[in-house]
Amino acid sequence: MRIEQDCGRAMLLAIALATAGLTIASPLHARTEETPKGDQSPRVVAIAARRFEFVPKEITLKQGETVTLRLTSEDVTHGFFMKTLGIDAVIEPGRVTDVTITPQTTGSFTTICDHFCGEGHGNMHMTIVIE
Amino acid sequence: MADRVDRRSFLKIAGTSLGIGALYSVAPLLGADGEAVEVARTLWKRNGERLKPFSFIQLSDTHVGFSGPPDPLGTQAYERAVEMINSLRHRPDFVLVTGDLTHDSEKPGEHAARMKKFQEISGRLKTGAVRCIPGEHDAGLDGGALFRDVFGPTFYSFDHRGVHFIGLDNVSRAKPEVGPEQLAWLKKDLARFPTTAPIVVFTHRPLFDLKPEWEWFTSDGDDVMNTLAPYENVTVLYGHIHRQHEYAAGSARHYAARSLIWAFPDPATTADKKPLPFDKEQPFKNLGLRLVQEPQTRGAMPDWPTIDDVELTMHEYSGTVGISQFLKEGAAR
Repeated sequence: MRIEQDCGRAMLLAIALATAGLTIASPLHARTEETPKGDQSPRVVAIAARRFEFVPKEITLKQGETVTLRLTSEDVTHGFFMKTLGIDAVIEPGRVTDVTITPQTTGSFTTICDHFCGEGHGNMHMTIVIE
Repeated sequence: MADRVDRRSFLKIAGTSLGIGALYSVAPLLGADGEAVEVARTLWKRNGERLKPFSFIQLSDTHVGFSGPPDPLGTQAYERAVEMINSLRHRPDFVLVTGDLTHDSEKPGEHAARMKKFQEISGRLKTGAVRCIPGEHDAGLDGGALFRDVFGPTFYSFDHRGVHFIGLDNVSRAKPEVGPEQLAWLKKDLARFPTTAPIVVFTHRPLFDLKPEWEWFTSDGDDVMNTLAPYENVTVLYGHIHRQHEYAAGSARHYAARSLIWAFPDPATTADKKPLPFDKEQPFKNLGLRLVQEPQTRGAMPDWPTIDDVELTMHEYSGTVGISQFLKEGAAR
């Protein structure tokens, strides 16, 4: 599985997309980016973290498809962790964190915040479904 | 004493002990000769303490200050555990508390007040010392600053009657990890001991991947256990998962203590990490004790210590093997 996480690159990509007149997916609404024809960039899925939930609560990806998970925090620092998928990221407020994955295994994977963020931290999770 | 528990004995226990973590009777193996004696001599020379039987208690996850569902007990189970410990005929040398002493609060001054409440209750314990390490609810929000102010270091070691105890902190960093600095300290701490030394590690989160999706893991737990791997007699005591669990890997054995506030389900039976519902008919169900006794077969250090777990419920435990063990001669009364 290929993992890329580079906040700096993510910021540059966001600026480039904005410059190109493309709409950046709002983390609040977890929209999926449309990939322009001919563009080999991976599909982007936005995920917002806030105490004590992720929005959306579930996303569905395709086996073998390279996807960038664009992570943002609305309040404090959160974690984003799913060992089986090789995901282990920190989401800091005011920054965009990109995690690019190419999942090879189908199934339903509970992904958690593993950066203690308060009383409800223990149940802060979402589901990544790989079809 | 017969293994069978008569009703009077049962009622006596039921009336005084409704929730406790674990009782350990430590009886290192001192045969007439052999490796065990050599180990005892070595440890005696190194730390000045003879290897001889003693007992201690593990409590965990008292969550002082927690309120709301699923459990209206508050500190009742913890306070009853204190009463039970104080009723033991053989006073434990000390009590270990493996984290989540308090439930976190962001209200100014409230978390400190909860820590003081924990200290007030634990101050009633008739024991030589109360040794604590933090859970994420104690130290996760401030990197352990308040815990250090109130209780002292978040990781440390001490020797007791020939056994080396190591408290590890896997909650104060941002992620569930021990971290490189503490790992370096651990290696240095262990360096003075022979590989046959009896070692007890106490920490909050499991040091292996028990259930990562429920945050039941320590990301660098493998590094900790690899550091401990050369040692032949390692016992790891932890909390966090609010349920009994035993696990063995290499020469190390890992034991999770029940909580004193609420219980989590078996993750093999459900995908939802939700506390077990409160049962007002059995308010202390799943809040049990663990009894560790002198091994029946002497002469093999890897058998040290022997651990049995007992669930305390209001009307079920009279028939369990566990409570019979609890009443055995030489054990707690």
